[in-house]
Amino acid sequence: MASLSTAAPRGIATTEPAWVRYTFTGLALTFLGLFLLVPLVSVFAEALAKGWSLYLDALIEPEALFAMKLTLIAALIAVPLNVVFGVAAAWSIAKFDFHGKSLLITLIDLPFSVSPVVAGLTYVLMFGAQGWLGEWLSAHDIKIIFAVPGIVLATVFVTFPFIARELIPLMQAQGADEEQAALVLGATGWQTFWHITLPNIKWGLLYGVILCNARAMGEFGAVSVVSGHIRGETNTIPLHVEILYNEYNFVGAFACASLLAVLALVTLALKTLVEWRAARQLGNDVPLEARARLAAAK
Amino acid sequence: MRFKQHSVLPGFGLGLGYTLFWLCLIVLLPLAALLMKSASLSAEAFWAIVSTDRVVAALKLSFGASLLAASLNAFFGFLVAWVLVRYPFPGKRLVDALVDLPFALPTAVAGISLTTLYAPNGWFGQYLVPLGINVAFTPLGILVALTFISLPFVVRTVQPVLEDLEAELEEAATCLGATRWQIFSRVLFPAVLPALLTGFTLAFARATGEFGSVIFIAGNIPMVSEIAPLLIIGKLEQFDFLGATAIAVVMLVISFVMLFAINLIQWWSSRRHGMTR
Repeated sequence: MASLSTAAPRGIATTEPAWVRYTFTGLALTFLGLFLLVPLVSVFAEALAKGWSLYLDALIEPEALFAMKLTLIAALIAVPLNVVFGVAAAWSIAKFDFHGKSLLITLIDLPFSVSPVVAGLTYVLMFGAQGWLGEWLSAHDIKIIFAVPGIVLATVFVTFPFIARELIPLMQAQGADEEQAALVLGATGWQTFWHITLPNIKWGLLYGVILCNARAMGEFGAVSVVSGHIRGETNTIPLHVEILYNEYNFVGAFACASLLAVLALVTLALKTLVEWRAARQLGNDVPLEARARLAAAK
Repeated sequence: MRFKQHSVLPGFGLGLGYTLFWLCLIVLLPLAALLMKSASLSAEAFWAIVSTDRVVAALKLSFGASLLAASLNAFFGFLVAWVLVRYPFPGKRLVDALVDLPFALPTAVAGISLTTLYAPNGWFGQYLVPLGINVAFTPLGILVALTFISLPFVVRTVQPVLEDLEAELEEAATCLGATRWQIFSRVLFPAVLPALLTGFTLAFARATGEFGSVIFIAGNIPMVSEIAPLLIIGKLEQFDFLGATAIAVVMLVISFVMLFAINLIQWWSSRRHGMTR
């Protein structure tokens, strides 16, 4: 992040002796190495343990391909739904003053503090065979639990706050002056939104989409409860990894896991890039996330 | 008092209406279904479910291991944030990006990878097991998994606050004759404490609900290494919806308390720093 490189060198009076600095840096890097880097590297090492041909075979197996397709479908539905929600929520919360705003923000953040397993359970209680809507749904031959709609719903739940909480502090910090100016000059509401608001929030929005997508594709707990683990029907990649692992098919499990690990690395790279671009666009060396957090704390 | 202050901007009704509709549909209605379901249990029946030895052991394990993991992360997270903000070293940007890995890496992947590492023939296990340290398939493994998944929280809450600290404060303290340790404990640490507490609570809240990474490494032995979310799944698989609901409500209540605590800390810190910000 930009701020790291631009930090001015500290004077002797405000830093520690060299041996303290080296010890702390060494400790921190050892901790990160053992807890983060080694597990990441081991995913690829295990996946390729029996060679490339077995690795590739494990990836083009029909059930694995199906799991990839389902994961993509779930993310392709869940992420746009959360984009629309996030923009609508941020627009009404950041640009207007009304009562109960902080309660609304707390409620939007709620899915972060609900265990994914509990989230899955709530959907089973709503839409399952013995749930609230169970009888009505089975009478109309609609399947939600143990089917794709349930997976999409569970994914939407766990990724619910991602985009809204990225946009709300950003739009609050930007204020409504530019929009008001556009309206005074005769722009319509939609024109104002497309030409003023959207360009202003595009990096924040993209940032939220990246994080939301990573979670949507990787969600395990909530999806596991509502999917029913039917192979070739309701298995996403994370669920497929679990099944293969429990069958002691380690190469297969780690091959699919390596796809998700690549996704994680791409996510981190894009996220860093967006932070850097956003910082440059705003002529501001504070990272996006940090600014958002600070704005939220105010 | 009017509900909303006047504004020339359009779209308030549409935006707020859609926000509330979607919030109710996706979040509030399902949670209401859970609470309604638990309301069909009498107080005694509810208590009978959540006070069995197995459930109490699972809840204790879930919350105890999460507390330990969050504490471990409070210490190392602070250290990592400190080093990232204040000390130069090569590859810093890469390390900084890597800190977010647990947010980006699906938990199931973390679970199987950690299990394989700490299994008796794994990269770490082959050295630890002969020393009598069994990590995989024990509560210690749960601690490792929870530490992994909640690692970024403390770093990412403390880091921006450390970046914002003004060097003048430290310089003034130095001029007044304070030692480095005095400056750290009386000037720097109090300023960072609210962020540290927020990060700790976020890490704790995340760890209590974690499922994907833990089930692989825990071994899931009842009374020993079985976490509360797994009990919910177990009850669901036996079609014991009421039992699953009762445990879920306990977990939900505790996570609401955590959420309240986070808001309280933020309110407290913004009041404390109200003058300067």
